[in-house]
Amino acid sequence: MATDTTAAVGSCVDAGGSAIGMPQLCFEWFPNQIFWLVVTLVVIFLVLSRVALPRIGAILAERQGTITNDIAAAEDLKARAAEAEKAYDKALADARAEAQRIAAETRAEIQAGLDDAIAKADAEIAAKSAESEKAIAEIRAGALESIEAVAKDTTGDIVTALGGKADADAVTAAVDSRMKG
Amino acid sequence: MAGQAETAADGAEKGGLVFHPMDQFIVKPLFGGDTIAWYTLTNVTLWLALAVLAVVALLVLGTSKRAIVPGRSQSIAELAYGFIYKMVEDICGKEGLKYFPYIMTLFMFIVSANFLGLIPTAFTTTSHFAVTVVLALAVFLTVTILGFVKNGTAFLGLFWVSSAPLALRPILAVIELISYFVRPVSHSIRLAGNLMAGHAVIKVFAGFAAVAVISPVSVLAITAMFGLEVLVSFIQAYVFTILTCVYLKDALHPSH
Repeated sequence: MATDTTAAVGSCVDAGGSAIGMPQLCFEWFPNQIFWLVVTLVVIFLVLSRVALPRIGAILAERQGTITNDIAAAEDLKARAAEAEKAYDKALADARAEAQRIAAETRAEIQAGLDDAIAKADAEIAAKSAESEKAIAEIRAGALESIEAVAKDTTGDIVTALGGKADADAVTAAVDSRMKG
Repeated sequence: MAGQAETAADGAEKGGLVFHPMDQFIVKPLFGGDTIAWYTLTNVTLWLALAVLAVVALLVLGTSKRAIVPGRSQSIAELAYGFIYKMVEDICGKEGLKYFPYIMTLFMFIVSANFLGLIPTAFTTTSHFAVTVVLALAVFLTVTILGFVKNGTAFLGLFWVSSAPLALRPILAVIELISYFVRPVSHSIRLAGNLMAGHAVIKVFAGFAAVAVISPVSVLAITAMFGLEVLVSFIQAYVFTILTCVYLKDALHPSH
């Protein structure tokens, strides 16, 4: 290494290997620096323009495409979900209407049956009560007749007991007139 | 390297502090030899080659999986791509995108060379005017030629401020002309100067570390400077690139 330092001695480096002034202003080294800089820049430019930049650009474009596609797909799915929801709501409303219709129908049917039964029952009740009234009238008529007969008998008996002579026709007429009054 | 050890020993013998902050910028042949010819393999060659390797590793090997969901290195590569792509698009417009690979080359080279220079004992290629002047002149010449090719003599409208009063225009034209030709100077010196200064300051602090009492402060200062240099490495690459975009915009749309 010692040979290095002595070898590098020139107008820019002293015998101790230290810089004389600013190494930046050492014109002896300029051609070397410029040459290798140009080589470096050309290499970097070729690598970037041929490989790196097209590749990164493609990656970014691809990602943008993927994101756009994903967003489109998401929107599509969202639309489909909204559609499905609408269909579901419609089905639900239909089912509700159907249920209401069935309920109304059933109610009407039951009402009709009930009305029928009530009417039948009413008729039966009317028939029964008519029958009963008839029986009651008969009984009442029977009772009146019996009362008349009893009254006549009793009147005849009372007349006889009082020492009179029971005239059957007079008694009957008297009782009848009383009964009417 | 042996030379540095020697001088350090010299310094120790003298009993004083010895600073060689600029020694880190010396160009040396890698395999010995008398002279540094234009083709000699030097430490410049080595660190430029490492910069190429770093760029290839990040942008080519890092993206080799072409994953839709990127990994770490692919994320960084995509981030760098998007960063420069957007910068070119925002500043130069759609027609500037044709020059995106050139600007990306500049940015990737500068940023990797800057960060490689931060490795201790590394050689910082971008701290040399020879390097940055070539970059800045390449930008300057390209932009100037492009301006004339695209716009013809209308490119000279860049120096003729039509919105200013007529009497002022010649004076402004002179100022504009001077500022136009100062561009490559400031463009190159800004980059090399920032890096050189930072690295030299770190080296000076390192020199102070030889005194036991000061060395803790010195180590802290080196750490702080190193943090700053990490920022500077990126920011200077960014500044160089964005200025290139601005110059390119002037060439594409010379009207004020």
